[in-house]
Amino acid sequence: MNRRKERFIKYLFTAVAFSSLAFLVGIILVLFKEALPIFKTVSPSAFLLGTSWYPTAEPPEFGILPLIVASLWVTAGALVICVPLGVGSALYLHELAGNKQRAVLKPVIEILASVPSIVYGFFGMVVLAPFLQTALDLPIGLTAFTTSLILGVMATPTVASIAEDALSYVPRSFREASFAVGADRWQTLTKVIIPAAGSGISTAVILGMSRAIGETMTVLMVAGGSAIIPESIFDPVRPMTAAIAAEMGEAPVGSDHYHALFAIALILFLITFAFNVAAELISRRYRLKLGQAR
Amino acid sequence: MKRKSIAQKIGFAALGACMGANILFLGTILFFIGVKGLGAINWAFLTQAPRDSMTAGGVAPAIVGTLYLTLGAILFALPLGVACAVYLTEYSPKGWIVNVLRISINNLAGVPSVVFGLFGLTVFVKYMGFGVSILSGSLTLGILALPVIISASQEALVAVPQSIREASLALGATQWETIRKVVLPAALPGILTGVILSVGRVAGETAPILFTAAAFYLKGYPDSVFSEVMALPYHIYALMTEGTHPEEQTRIAYASSLLLLGLVLSVSMLAIWLRQRQRKAYHA
Repeated sequence: MNRRKERFIKYLFTAVAFSSLAFLVGIILVLFKEALPIFKTVSPSAFLLGTSWYPTAEPPEFGILPLIVASLWVTAGALVICVPLGVGSALYLHELAGNKQRAVLKPVIEILASVPSIVYGFFGMVVLAPFLQTALDLPIGLTAFTTSLILGVMATPTVASIAEDALSYVPRSFREASFAVGADRWQTLTKVIIPAAGSGISTAVILGMSRAIGETMTVLMVAGGSAIIPESIFDPVRPMTAAIAAEMGEAPVGSDHYHALFAIALILFLITFAFNVAAELISRRYRLKLGQAR
Repeated sequence: MKRKSIAQKIGFAALGACMGANILFLGTILFFIGVKGLGAINWAFLTQAPRDSMTAGGVAPAIVGTLYLTLGAILFALPLGVACAVYLTEYSPKGWIVNVLRISINNLAGVPSVVFGLFGLTVFVKYMGFGVSILSGSLTLGILALPVIISASQEALVAVPQSIREASLALGATQWETIRKVVLPAALPGILTGVILSVGRVAGETAPILFTAAAFYLKGYPDSVFSEVMALPYHIYALMTEGTHPEEQTRIAYASSLLLLGLVLSVSMLAIWLRQRQRKAYHA
């Protein structure tokens, strides 16, 4: 009797534990189901490589290359900012900050990470964009450049905290061995610690990238919104997430436009999924290498 | 004692500058939104509904809406998340199950928020017929909060010493009794910290509620879980992109941003502080 109850409870927990897998599979199924109908109208290659995104024109055109280029463009710009700043902050926290400093600085990074994206978007729109427009004498302030700046700031704490985790896995003995052969702290850091933590740091960079490319509200408000392939970093752009968020409200359910937006979401999902799996694989190998497998 | 090399001096200064940049970013955002927002926040702003086509009055319905959505999301995600963490740590399933679940949790955490919105739109709004409502929005936000709650709960459960589990089992308690009466109470503070952390995350999310719950303007307050609802983050977005009085609306958006920022950051700070205290307690 009692044993039966125990078994029942265990099965219950097992079933519930699979909910996150169920949701992930659910998301994949929904995206495929709602995305695939668009390929009856447009061929996959015309969809991916077409350069005109005029979903509401007559006849409509569904080429999402400008949106993909925009997403990659602003993400690359964000990486230029968040990789040095994030990794640099992690190294500072790990190498230079004493306990008292860490007690203040780690929360600062976590708090920066918890600022809602809508607030970053608002800040970009009312403070940064007008400032850049005047300072750089641009025709408009809402550009790929402005977006990259904000996304870079947003992704910095992500990169910093994951990279700091990676650094903490490097065994003490590595450092001591390096000091013992006469290296100074800087040499130890650049020649021993950073290479040892290398794949952990690349995990941090990949997850930062994933965060930047999937960010929605900020790019929706700051990127400027024009669906053309940018020629300079000071052009307004329309990244994939912004197109979905801006147009889903107006696309009639079941229309080609509606399915096209789901297809964009599917591509976006596959990109971030690939990033996350890559990060997972690299970090597992990394912990094995350092003998910290769990 | 070796003389410090020039490379080391320059390098360390650069690392300090990187760290300083974080403080500068946080300071700049808090400064601009604080200075302009503070002037517009007063009692009426917090307690009244918007008036005169969004150019006057307050944001009370949006505050209430955000509370409902957050509460709903936590009510949904908490039992699922804790159960999942209990299964992973207490019932220690086979290796491949752990791997599959961990990978799916990590990937769920990395799904772009707008994709959650589309999932919610298709499944909750359309397929299940909940419509654009508090219920649809809460469920969508709940799925987004799930990975946060699972990892915090796992951390809390792992920190419970193995010896007290063994003591309970040795007294003849079954595994379920041990989990319910010994392990969960001991892990409760850590789990609560995870809940607070996810409150901060959920309250500030906009993209998942764009098509599942949010309305720009509603007369009065929602009266059931099937009502559309105003929400603070969406309100900021709507003020900046819709309407016909940009100047007045920007002023209100500043105040709303400050309010949201204050809400989310104080919740996060509470969670960070609690977690630090708990980690110290475990190590003591």
